[in-house]
Amino acid sequence: MRKVLSGNEAIARGAYEAGVKVVSSYPGTPSSEITDFVKRYDDIYCEWAVNEKVALEVAIGASLAGRRSMTCMKHVGLNVAADPLMTLSYTGVNGGLVILVADDPNMFSSQNEQDSRNYARFAKVPLLEPSDSNEAKEFVKKAFEISEKFCTPVIVRSVTRLSHSMSAVDLGERVETASKGLENNIPKWVMVPANGRVRHVFVEERLKELQAFNSKSDLVAEEINSNEIGIITSGIPYQYVKEALPEASVLKLGMVWPLPLDKIVEFSKKVKKLYVVEELDPIIETELLAQGVKLKKLKRPLTGELSVDAVKKLFGLKVNRCKAAVKELPNRPPNMCPGCSHRGMFYAISKLKLFAAGDIGCYTLGLLPPLSAINSTVCMGASISMAHGIDRASGGEYAKKSVAVIGDSTFFHTGINGLLNSVYNKGCSTVIILDNRITGMTGHQPNPGTGITIKGEESPRINFELLCRAFGIKNVVTVDPFDVDECIRVLKEETSKDELSVIITNRPCIFADRTVITNPYFIDEDKCTGCTACTRLGCPAIAWDKKKKIAMIDESLCTGCGLCPKVCRFDAISQRGAK
Amino acid sequence: MSFNILMFGVGGQGTVLSSDIVCEVALESGYDAKKSEIHGMAQRGGSVVSHVRIAKKVYSPVISFGEADIMVSFEYMEFLRYMEYVNSETLLVLNTNKIFPPGVLSGKEEYPEKIIKQKLKLFKDVSQIDALKIAQESGNIKVAGMAVVGALAKMLPFEKDVWKKIIESKVPPKTIESNIRAFETGFRA
Repeated sequence: MRKVLSGNEAIARGAYEAGVKVVSSYPGTPSSEITDFVKRYDDIYCEWAVNEKVALEVAIGASLAGRRSMTCMKHVGLNVAADPLMTLSYTGVNGGLVILVADDPNMFSSQNEQDSRNYARFAKVPLLEPSDSNEAKEFVKKAFEISEKFCTPVIVRSVTRLSHSMSAVDLGERVETASKGLENNIPKWVMVPANGRVRHVFVEERLKELQAFNSKSDLVAEEINSNEIGIITSGIPYQYVKEALPEASVLKLGMVWPLPLDKIVEFSKKVKKLYVVEELDPIIETELLAQGVKLKKLKRPLTGELSVDAVKKLFGLKVNRCKAAVKELPNRPPNMCPGCSHRGMFYAISKLKLFAAGDIGCYTLGLLPPLSAINSTVCMGASISMAHGIDRASGGEYAKKSVAVIGDSTFFHTGINGLLNSVYNKGCSTVIILDNRITGMTGHQPNPGTGITIKGEESPRINFELLCRAFGIKNVVTVDPFDVDECIRVLKEETSKDELSVIITNRPCIFADRTVITNPYFIDEDKCTGCTACTRLGCPAIAWDKKKKIAMIDESLCTGCGLCPKVCRFDAISQRGAK
Repeated sequence: MSFNILMFGVGGQGTVLSSDIVCEVALESGYDAKKSEIHGMAQRGGSVVSHVRIAKKVYSPVISFGEADIMVSFEYMEFLRYMEYVNSETLLVLNTNKIFPPGVLSGKEEYPEKIIKQKLKLFKDVSQIDALKIAQESGNIKVAGMAVVGALAKMLPFEKDVWKKIIESKVPPKTIESNIRAFETGFRA
């Protein structure tokens, strides 16, 4: 049967057809949907882990227990999982293990643009790169075969353009694989130095074998057309090359690490000019030059996405582009939703002009005007540890003017370690856990604070207040983020203390819990003085009427959160249906 | 026969679902089809754009500059962002419903009425519809996107029954009737 599937749905299907038994992941755009699709298959145990390191370790355990397992993450997630990855390369696997990593060239929703192919080289493991949905499904299956054949974890790399594009896929049946049983092999699985030294030799040998295998495998495809130009490419760039240069001969690599050198040298002899077209880092190009392959280097930027037009430009071909482009249009930046439970706290932070060490999630959008409430964003969990650094660098002085803000899921991810560190090292920063009971940014995946699992089954719900108290933190306060005055009062009080404080907000995400939506508010035109206190909340439901010089509420967007009447000093905002 | 269809709008307008439908209709009708979308933070009021490419064989999932055959703007001003994809033969399906960007809402920027009027002249043909009104008439304000799909369907050589079959398989069961009604009205518009 043929079906149109997104790259992510096809990857999930590939895992299903490969007989995968365990999938553990942490959500991250553009990889998040894969595990959400996996949860539809009852034959696969799947879970949201608290972070990518944990997810990979769960997959390693499943592999050790003899079953095929997979973990999915975005590129920056692989940084978190890098520690187990490097040693997993040494131990190898028992049941096949695939790490699906989705890169984000051009950073549509990421904090950096790193190229995960570097990790394959670094960890000395094979990496496959599919170029459409059907290949995504097939390559996942092949990756499991390679994993078991060569006793290695295999990375399958996607990119936003693959994960979030759709094309036709031929569906196959699931092939159940029997458990290989729990492997009790100490020299292989206990990486003390003596064993590690032996395994490192194995890793180097394996890499050579993989290279020879790649040259002979059907993962590399030669398309001979004209002998003028030959292009070595892989993944999504292959599609751009085929369209931009239909006359060129192409060597399409399915496995980009280790490279099929023999095959490449053979191909290079068939064409007059040889080029590499790849996205982001010049990994293939650098390696081939080092191996003495005669290549012509392209003047390619090391940033952003390729496209058919970009490839044409690299080869000096003409690009159509309508000259009627309009510059300086009003932008549509992403914004925190109407009714977002973070808005009140950000308003308070902004009002008090506190320096806020931010983190990764919807609430990063608090950086946008008019709230402009975020002053730093580095990586998952960094807010709490950075606030501690800010505090210690100034002998406690800056702690009085700064806070850390972190979401519930990010807190569980790696924020929890930072908080433990601050407690242990007697910091006096103020940490705000913006608890909206869900992983918002990536599409509302549940987490240990939600009280349900990925399958919707009930599970223990972690109580932030008790957790912080168990850490030995004395100052733990829960506030209603829509009560701005209370937020301001608590912020003033907690930042002034010479001790660590945690402030927890307690309103759910408006998209995760639609039951909190109530009657909309409206503005009494006669009472509105045009003071702009409400428009400074940055709520998409509140507009400024330029002619009348008053604010107005779009009642189709308003969720009735009740934040704006709390900042209106003229009693001009009331709720529909209220007495 | 091949079609490059660029569809765009504001998060929540149904752009992504609509482009899924177009893609599946093409495949069901015996063509190769690919689609690529950027929807990172769509739910939060950002721009959403989907590239749909239909041909005997499609490589790149992304349309090149100057090569859109049809542009579908789910919001009145959004097509202005994609003028680089237009050529002298490009057709435009334009929903006249306006969603003000934050800069306009806060009074700092103008909604570009004049530029819209001026740039509309660059299209070979413009089919304007009031999708919200059509949706209201079909009894469900949330099916506005399907009226736009209807207006697009009129320009494509696929059987109406295929459109209906795919729509029925993609929308929530309770809303099938109102979605089909909006599609039909959009088709006739």
